[in-house]
Amino acid sequence: MKFKINNRFKAVLGCLLAVGLLFSTPSFALQQDSTAQDTTVSATVDTAAAADTAAASTPMATDSVEASSATGSTASAAAAAPAPEKQIDPQVYKNMTYYILLFLFICTVVAALGKVLSIYELTTKMNGKYNPFANNTFQSVLFIVFLVAFLAMVYYGYAVWGSWAWRDAVTEHGAKIDTMFIITTVIITVVLVLVHLLLLTFPYIYRMRAKTKAYYYPHNDTIEKIWTIVPAIVLTVLVLFGFFTWRSITNVPEDLQKSALQVEVLGEQFQWQVRYPGADGIIGKRNYKMTTPTNSYGIDFNDKNAWDDIQASDIVLPVNKSVRFHIISKDIIHSFYIPDFRVQINAVPGMTNYFQFTPTVTTEEMRERMNDPKYDYVMLCNKICGSGHFNMQKKVVVVTEDEYRAWLSTQNKYFTEDLQKEFATVESKDSEGLTTASLN
Amino acid sequence: MSSTVISHGAAHHDAHDHHHETFLTKYIFSQDHKMIAKQFLITGIVMAVFAMVLSILFRIQLAWPEKDFPILEVFLGKWAEGGRMKPEFFLSLVTIHGTMMVFFVLTAGLSGTFSNLLIPYQLGARDMASPLMNMLSYWFFFVACVVMVASFFVESGPAAAGWTIYPPLSAVPTSIPGSGLGMTLWLVSMTLFIASQVLGGVNYVSTVLNMRTKGMDLWKMPLTIWAFFLTAIVGLLSFPVLVSAVVLLFFDRSVGTSFYLSDLVVQGQILPNEGGSPILFQHLFWFLGHPEVYIVVMPALGLTSEVISTNSRKPIFGYHAMVYSLVGITVLSFIVWGHHMFVTGMNPFLGGVFMITTLIIAVPSAVKAFNYIATLWRGNIRFTPAMMFAIGMVSFFVSGGLTGLYLGNAALDINLHDTYFVVAHFHLVMGSASIFGMLCGVYHWYPKMFGRMMDTKLGYFHFWLTFIGAYLVFFPMHFMGIDGVPRRYYAFTAFPFMEKWVSVNMLITWAAIIAGLAQVAFLWNFFSSIWRGKKATQNPWNANTLEWTTPVEHIHGNWPGEIPTVHRWPYDYSKPGHDTDFIPQDVPFSETMSSNLPHDFEGNEEAVRIQNEWNRANNREIIEG
Repeated sequence: MKFKINNRFKAVLGCLLAVGLLFSTPSFALQQDSTAQDTTVSATVDTAAAADTAAASTPMATDSVEASSATGSTASAAAAAPAPEKQIDPQVYKNMTYYILLFLFICTVVAALGKVLSIYELTTKMNGKYNPFANNTFQSVLFIVFLVAFLAMVYYGYAVWGSWAWRDAVTEHGAKIDTMFIITTVIITVVLVLVHLLLLTFPYIYRMRAKTKAYYYPHNDTIEKIWTIVPAIVLTVLVLFGFFTWRSITNVPEDLQKSALQVEVLGEQFQWQVRYPGADGIIGKRNYKMTTPTNSYGIDFNDKNAWDDIQASDIVLPVNKSVRFHIISKDIIHSFYIPDFRVQINAVPGMTNYFQFTPTVTTEEMRERMNDPKYDYVMLCNKICGSGHFNMQKKVVVVTEDEYRAWLSTQNKYFTEDLQKEFATVESKDSEGLTTASLN
Repeated sequence: MSSTVISHGAAHHDAHDHHHETFLTKYIFSQDHKMIAKQFLITGIVMAVFAMVLSILFRIQLAWPEKDFPILEVFLGKWAEGGRMKPEFFLSLVTIHGTMMVFFVLTAGLSGTFSNLLIPYQLGARDMASPLMNMLSYWFFFVACVVMVASFFVESGPAAAGWTIYPPLSAVPTSIPGSGLGMTLWLVSMTLFIASQVLGGVNYVSTVLNMRTKGMDLWKMPLTIWAFFLTAIVGLLSFPVLVSAVVLLFFDRSVGTSFYLSDLVVQGQILPNEGGSPILFQHLFWFLGHPEVYIVVMPALGLTSEVISTNSRKPIFGYHAMVYSLVGITVLSFIVWGHHMFVTGMNPFLGGVFMITTLIIAVPSAVKAFNYIATLWRGNIRFTPAMMFAIGMVSFFVSGGLTGLYLGNAALDINLHDTYFVVAHFHLVMGSASIFGMLCGVYHWYPKMFGRMMDTKLGYFHFWLTFIGAYLVFFPMHFMGIDGVPRRYYAFTAFPFMEKWVSVNMLITWAAIIAGLAQVAFLWNFFSSIWRGKKATQNPWNANTLEWTTPVEHIHGNWPGEIPTVHRWPYDYSKPGHDTDFIPQDVPFSETMSSNLPHDFEGNEEAVRIQNEWNRANNREIIEG
C-alpha cells in the first residue's frame, strides 16, 4: 500500500515538474523561477486575487452600459485594423502556466487528502475499530446539509433575485398573466420544498445500518392512484385557467381589432422600424420586392394608404388604449418582446403576426414606481438573429393621449420628397414599359 | 429459438473465435455489444468534455463582457482577436455546445452506451440482433462527431444559428457567417447521426422483442430495458422527421428551393425565394425536437430506477406504474411539440391545444418522481457514488420539471419564451438530470464494462462538486428569465435593466468553472481505473439482474455455458423470509421456498400446490391458490 502511495505522489509531482519545464522557456525562465517557489504558497492568494479582479470588473461593466453599443463596433474595428506583427505578451502564457500549476496543486492537495483518509481508514481497520458504515452515514449527513443549503438557496433566490426580477405587468392582460404566475409559483414551491424534504431526508433516515433490512413494499395501488389523480386535478385547473387566459389574449373580437390603434413593427438585422398608419388609420401595403436603398422598408406606394404612413423613432403609445401590433420581418426571424408588458411574438418573414394589448401605466408613473428617473420600457429582440442580436432594441414610451398626439405630429412621413420623386420616375418608367409591351 | 445453436457456438468459442481476433476487429471495428458500448461511452465522454469547454468559454464571455482574455486569442485566433470573443463566435459556441450535448452526449453517449451494454446483458442475449448494424451505428456516430468538430476548422466558422437552426438564419449565408460551410457540415453531421440512431434503434427494438432469454417476459424486464426499448421506439419514429427537415433545409441552401424561405431582403439584397414558410421547419424540427428530450431523459430514468432500487435494497415502488408512465410519456411526447412554438405565429388556437397535451405529460412524470421517493422510504440505503448521482438525478428532474408548468402554459410562456428561464428549465430537467443519469450508470456498471472498480472517494468528491455546481449555475438563471433576460445574448451590456445581473453572471460562471474542473476528478477516475482500479467481483452491488451473472472477464457470447433462465422479476430485494437481501432473477422459486409470496406464482396451481406442501411441512401459513 505504501509503495502505491509513493507511486501516485511521484506521478503527480512528475506531472507538475513536466508542465513547469514545458512553460519555462529561456526568455522568462528567470522570472519563472523566482515565482514558481511561491506558487504553492500563494495558491490561496491567487484565488483571492482572481476573485478581486472579478469583483473589480463589476463596476466596469455597469458603467459601460451606454458604451455598449460601441462594443460591437470596436470589436469589428479592431478586426479591421491591420495587424502586421501580432505578438502576444509572454505574460499571457505565464499567467496561464500559473493557473495550470495552481490547478495541479489543488489536485495534489485533493490526492493527498484522499491518501490521508485511506491511511486513517487502514489504521482504524488495524485497530479493529473500523466501522464499514461510517462513510455511508457521513454521506447521508451531507444530504441533510445539502438540504439546508438548498432550502436556503431557494429562499435567497426568491427573496433577493426574485425581488430584482419581479416587476408588475403594466398591461391589462399582463395582470392576468401575473396572477397565474403567482398561483403557479405557490404550487410549485410547495411541491419543490416537500419533494426535497422527503428526497433528502429519507437518505439520512433510512441509511444502511448493520442489522436493519429494507421493508419489502413493491406497490400500493391506492397511494399510486392518489398521486396520479391529485397532480392531474391540479394540472387540469392550471390548464383551464391558462387556456382561457391564452384565448382571451390571442383571440380578440374583430370589432376590437379594428377599433384599436394599429402599429406595424418591422425587424431587420439588427434594428427595428416602426410605422404608424397616419391620419387614415390604415397601414399601407408593403412589398418586399420594392425595397430600395431609399425605401428600405419596402413600402408599396402604389397603395395610397401608405402615403401618410409615419416613421417613428420610438414606439410611443397612449395609455389605456388598445394597440394592435402588426409584427413583420424583413430578413430573418426576430422576436418582438417587451418584458414589462408580458408581450412577445415572433417577427417571421413572409407572414404577419399580431399582438393586441392595452398598456395601463405611463413611463412617468413607472419611473415613480421604480424610483428610477431613467427607467424606460424596452422592446428587444428575443430570437437569435446574428452578431448584433444582443443589442437590437427599441425604446417603448407610454404617455397620455395628449402627449401622444403631440408626439405623433412631430414625426416624419415615410413618403419623403426623395421617395416621391423616385416613385414618380419608377411609375413613368413602368407606364413606358407597359406601353412598349402593349405595342409589342 | 436459436438459443441452442448459439450456445453450442459459445461453448466452443475459445477454440473458434478468439484467435481470429486482431486488434482491428477487437477494438476498432468490433461487433461485440460490450465493446461498442465502451466505444459509445468514451466517444460520448470526449464530446462531453469538448462541449463543456465550449460552455465555459461562453460563460467567461458572459461574466466579463468588458474584459480581455489574451489567452483566448492563443487558442481561438481570429475568433477572439485581442482576447475578446466575437459575437458570431459566441453564437457558434452556443450552437455547437447545444448540438453536441443533446445529440452526441445525451443521445448517443447515454442510450448508445447503455442500450448496447445492458439490453443483451439484462435480457440474457448473446449479442444484439444485428452486430453488424450495431457496429455501423457506432461508426456513423463517430463520423458525425468528426464532421461536427471539423466545422471549427472552416474559415467562416461552425454553425451559429442556435442548436434549433431555424431558417432563414441557418439558410441564408449572408445573414451570419456560421451559415456558410459550417452549417453545411452541421447538416451532414446530423444526417449521419440520424442514420446512426436509426440503425441503433432498429437493433434495440428487435433485440428486446426477439432475443429475451427463457422466462424473460415483458413484465419481468428491468425498468432500464423498458426505458431503452421505449426510447428506441421514440427515436425510430421521430428522427426520420428530422432528416426530412434537414434535407429540405439542405435543398434551400444549396439547390435554390424555397421550402422555408419567402419574402427575404437580407443585407439589402432581395432574395428570389417565394412561397416557403419558416414555420414549417419549426414544426418538422420540433416533431423530433420534443421527443428528443424524452429520448434523452428516459434512459436516465431507467438507469436511476435500477440503481435506486438496488441501493435502497428495496423493490422499485410501483413497477407497473413506472412502466405505464414511461409508455404514457412515449405516447404523449409526440403530441406536445407545439409548445415550443406558442409565440412563433402558429395558430393561437393550436397553441391552446398543445398546452393541454403538454401539461398532461406532467402527470406520468410526477408519478415517476413520487415512486422514486416511495422506493427510498424505509429502504436500507447504501450510498455508492452511483446512488448519489441517482438521487441527484431525481432532484434535478423534479426542480427542472416543475418549471415546465410555467413554460407549458401558453399564457405564461409569452413572457418566458426564449429567456434564461427556458435555459434554466431544460438544463435542469434534461441536461443535468440526464448527465446525472449517465454518470450514475457509469459508476454503477463500470465493473461490468471494465472489470474493475472506480475509486469511490473520488466519486463522492465528483458528485458533490457537480451537484452543488449545477444548482448554482442553473438556479439563478430562472430569475434572470423572469426579469426578461433573453438567451443567446452575447453580452448583457446593452440594456440598463440587465445591469443588476452582472454579479449573478459571475457567480454562475465561477460555479461553472469549478464544476467543470471537478469533471477532471471523474476523468482521472474513469481512465486510471481502467488499468489500475481494484479488480471487480462478479456481483459487486449484490444486484438481481442478469448482467451480474456473467463472468467478470468479457467473453464473446456473454455467458460461458447456457444462458440463465429467468424465474422472477428483477426487484426481489429484501424479500421477507430470505436469508440474503437480494434474489437474482435466475434463482428459481424452488430454491426460495421460505420467501415466496402468493403473488409470485401468477396463478400457477401446480406451483401453489408444491409451495403449500412445503408450507405444511415447515408449519407455515397455507396460501390461497
